Amino acid sequence: MAPASASAFEYAPAPESRSVVDIAPSYGLFIDGEFVEAADGKVFKTVSPSTEEVLSEIAQAGEADVDRAVGAARKAFEKWSALPGSERAKYLFRIARIIQERSRELAVLETLDNGKPIKETRDADLPLVAAHFFYYAGWADKLEHAGFGASPRPLGVAGQVIPWNFPLLMLAWKIAPALATGNTVVLKPAETTPLSALFFADVCRQAGLPKGVVNILPGYGDTGAALVAHPDVNKVAFTGSTAVGKEIARTVAGTRKKLTLELGGKGANIVFDDAPIDQAVEGIVNGIFFNQGQVCCAGSRLLVQESIQDELLDSLKRRLSTLRLGDPLDKNTDIGAINSAEQLSRITSLVEKGAAEGAEPWSPECELPSSGYWFAPTLFTNVTQAHTIARDEIFGPVLSVLTFRTPDEAVAKANNTQYGLSAGIWTEKGSRILAVAGKLRAGVVWSNTFNKFDPTSPFGGYKESGFGREGGRHGLEAYLDVR
Amino acid sequence: MSDKSEQQRLSVFKTYKLYVGGKFPRSESGRVYEVTDSKGKWLANAPQSSRKDARDAVVAARKAFGGWAGATAYNRGQVLYRVAEMLEGRRAQFVHEVADAEGLSKSRAAEQVEATIDRWVWYAGWTDKIAQVVGGGNPVAGPYFNLSSPEPTGVVAVLAPQESSFLGLVSVLAPVIATGNTAVVIASESSPLPALSLGEVLATSDVPGGVVNVLSGRTAEIAAPLASHQDVNAIDLAGADEVLAKELEIAAADNLKRVLRPQPVDDWTATPGIDRLTAFLETKTVWHPTGSLGASGSAY
Repeated sequence: MAPASASAFEYAPAPESRSVVDIAPSYGLFIDGEFVEAADGKVFKTVSPSTEEVLSEIAQAGEADVDRAVGAARKAFEKWSALPGSERAKYLFRIARIIQERSRELAVLETLDNGKPIKETRDADLPLVAAHFFYYAGWADKLEHAGFGASPRPLGVAGQVIPWNFPLLMLAWKIAPALATGNTVVLKPAETTPLSALFFADVCRQAGLPKGVVNILPGYGDTGAALVAHPDVNKVAFTGSTAVGKEIARTVAGTRKKLTLELGGKGANIVFDDAPIDQAVEGIVNGIFFNQGQVCCAGSRLLVQESIQDELLDSLKRRLSTLRLGDPLDKNTDIGAINSAEQLSRITSLVEKGAAEGAEPWSPECELPSSGYWFAPTLFTNVTQAHTIARDEIFGPVLSVLTFRTPDEAVAKANNTQYGLSAGIWTEKGSRILAVAGKLRAGVVWSNTFNKFDPTSPFGGYKESGFGREGGRHGLEAYLDVR
Repeated sequence: MSDKSEQQRLSVFKTYKLYVGGKFPRSESGRVYEVTDSKGKWLANAPQSSRKDARDAVVAARKAFGGWAGATAYNRGQVLYRVAEMLEGRRAQFVHEVADAEGLSKSRAAEQVEATIDRWVWYAGWTDKIAQVVGGGNPVAGPYFNLSSPEPTGVVAVLAPQESSFLGLVSVLAPVIATGNTAVVIASESSPLPALSLGEVLATSDVPGGVVNVLSGRTAEIAAPLASHQDVNAIDLAGADEVLAKELEIAAADNLKRVLRPQPVDDWTATPGIDRLTAFLETKTVWHPTGSLGASGSAY
């Protein structure tokens, strides 16, 4: 939203320097502690979504590489799982510390590769990444007290596939509990955001992590499919789309592989007539425009009590008009770039469908940069439950506004979805919060706040938003033989 | 000696029926199949459920879910304990049925039935404790209070173990309903009679209609529509062989049902852990700001 000249708040550009990060022209796969080329020599390019500049050329893992990496992880598993928990803990503490030390570098890198604002990588992603390693480090020597029996055992080799919306944070969610519990990992980052995982390989090197304990295999969907299907993988963890999640569930059917899935969402953000409007507006903005709405637990359906609809929407539109869209490296930027051309076209086509089906789109005046992938923050009014934009996950900065009259109607509408990941409740009335939270079929319910994360807190979905929990004591279960 | 006492009294056979939605229907298909004891002697004609019966049972289970999940844990515990009381009263009947079903001596069958009743009591005691064991507050690094609590997954399809017709059945059913789920149970294919009789006990034990639904028939035939049913939230494959289990797990992926794969059980009489309780629980984490009353301290 290039600030209109009439605005009282003109900002000078405040770019973060990109000199803190040194991106090599090419990267290999990270297998058994070494960077190596793909067996078939394939490579792909990763670009910066805000400029379309090619950042680096990345080796693309094929089946032979998956086999090698799984073999390396299997070999490393023997020693790693036999280490006293207190020693594994120290490696994880080292990793957490090195991430803190290098957090500025990693934040800039993540912003370059993903397109999200530096404000978010610096203040949300990186602190949480370090916090996850700290949290799970402390579990490594206390597993017998975790409530999973007297001597819980690791599963073996974990095959992990993560998405592009929080590349390093999702890596932390996957790798920290896996290593703490004594598993070794082969992780596939997303094809559009492989860089921070490869930098993480360097963090592992600095921490002196034994070879083969962590292996990183950049690639596309077929790389992930090969990893998930590999017969020597004992545990599969996936974060991504529900469609791919279902495919993975079919792949592991009939095997002994343990599976956890963190999939899509269509979170309802419910605002009652007694809600503190200004705080609710901030929560709605944070709920749907954080990370350009590319968040599985985004509050993408606003359910507002009919009596305050006009007041709330006026306030919300006014707030949207102050959001600043542009260079993600600028510290004043609220809305960065969409992660890829492909995602941009998906958002665009769903928004066109929303308009075609009769919902009314609204965006603040907004000038989009001429290169890169951009989408203006958008809200739709006149949305009904039957509309595609009220049912399908858009995964972009697009909010659908629906109304309700009674708490029962709000609950019914909130639950009217195949998904069940997150929800929000805004009201000053405590009993209403508890009553509504109790009835919502969602794994995370934020009351008078939204999009809060913490390593101590289990996160995960009901219904088609997947199964299993990440974070907290619950997150350990996914990586332990608890039978 | 009178003629009457010399004459063998002709016993009254029982027509075994399904238990669906608190009622005892015959299969809508009108089919039955012969159930025999371990020596091949005819025991009864059990209803051979159809796909339609399975779907009706899901409707009943869904309808019952809100009330059962919403009941207090204390109340659920009382209801489950009531089932144990009724089972105790029908002990002799179940000893007889289990002995026939599994080809056991009266004393071995009695042991099985006693273990089953005790198992039910064990799970009755879990209803108001599991939330404390697997839930709790999380020490988040910020001015927020958050709490993780377990909640039932929803409607659970249960393929009862094939070999252990009563103890195995109760060992997989009780944890499902103790945690507030509702169940559609497929009885052991060859030995369904104890399961069908359990339905009669449940019906007179304050368990709301639809919370447990018992079907008998061909396991594979009934399980298929349950595994692919969009309104079933989870499936326990205890009674499926390897081939069927894989098929059903693939079908279950369509709506991402929670799947409990067949677990080898060496000894059904051993006290179970809580895995079967947690297998059909979701974790919900609710956040709220705490505000700050002059708290201070370093961020690191």
